[in-house]
Amino acid sequence: MAFDNLFSEIVFWFLAAASVGSAALVVRLRSIFRAALMLVVSFLAVAGLFTMANAEFLAVVQVLVYGGGIAVLVIFAVMMTRDVDQGNQATAVQPVALALGAALLGALVYSVAQAEWALLPESLPAPLAAVFVETPARLGRLLLSDYALAFEAAGVLLLAAVIGALSLVREREAPEGDDA
Amino acid sequence: MLERLLIVSAVLFCIGLYGVLSRRHVIAILMSLEIMFNAVNVALVAFSRYAAPAALRFPGAAEDAERFALAGQTLALFVIVVAAAEVALGLALVIAIARRRDSINISDLNLLRR
Repeated sequence: MAFDNLFSEIVFWFLAAASVGSAALVVRLRSIFRAALMLVVSFLAVAGLFTMANAEFLAVVQVLVYGGGIAVLVIFAVMMTRDVDQGNQATAVQPVALALGAALLGALVYSVAQAEWALLPESLPAPLAAVFVETPARLGRLLLSDYALAFEAAGVLLLAAVIGALSLVREREAPEGDDA
Repeated sequence: MLERLLIVSAVLFCIGLYGVLSRRHVIAILMSLEIMFNAVNVALVAFSRYAAPAALRFPGAAEDAERFALAGQTLALFVIVVAAAEVALGLALVIAIARRRDSINISDLNLLRR
């Protein structure tokens, strides 16, 4: 059991360092293509963090949607805009952004440390222990009962996003002189 | 474990915020936005697993355990859906802008100011 704890400690710190470190590289690297690759590393490490909180299904969804779909979309966009790419430069408000980020981080860490959480134990009590097995089936039942309306709305949202994206990038056959 | 996951989430969120505010490249801003979405998801999943919902502390609430304990994961699922839709539209906009204006530098996109 002690070995088990040590192992999960090591895995946790590795995943935390990987996700935070690669996220920091995304906002620091000058090459936008390398930043996109680092973003994929961050997504995969976050998927690992999900499995450490008993959210295996979400970890799989994260790898499929973020590590697969969104990463490919971002890299495609980087490739298609390569000829106007000027690198990942900082704006004039960078010091303000740094100060704002540091202040928010301080406030968040302080409030996490101060709060009194009603924590569940590491080994779950009887009614809850059953909840975190076969989560995909349970999530599916919840999506089609309690969250049915939100589920349908998400479908409409995705359809609208796909149609909107297609109409935005479609080449017009006859330009009508409305170019900016 | 809850505190640690929340702190990782806070650090990721602040890195994303810094990136959104300080980068000039539109795709870099979108990527920082994705980091922020991810940070929120980490917090949601951590709360879902480690924080006891108030409703579970009342007797007879055990049959609703699933509903309360998985609310965070369901919300995270919807966040992923919305983020995917947002990134598809955002990158389509970036490509359309790059075609028309020969720049995807956020400082050059000040058409509304003139």
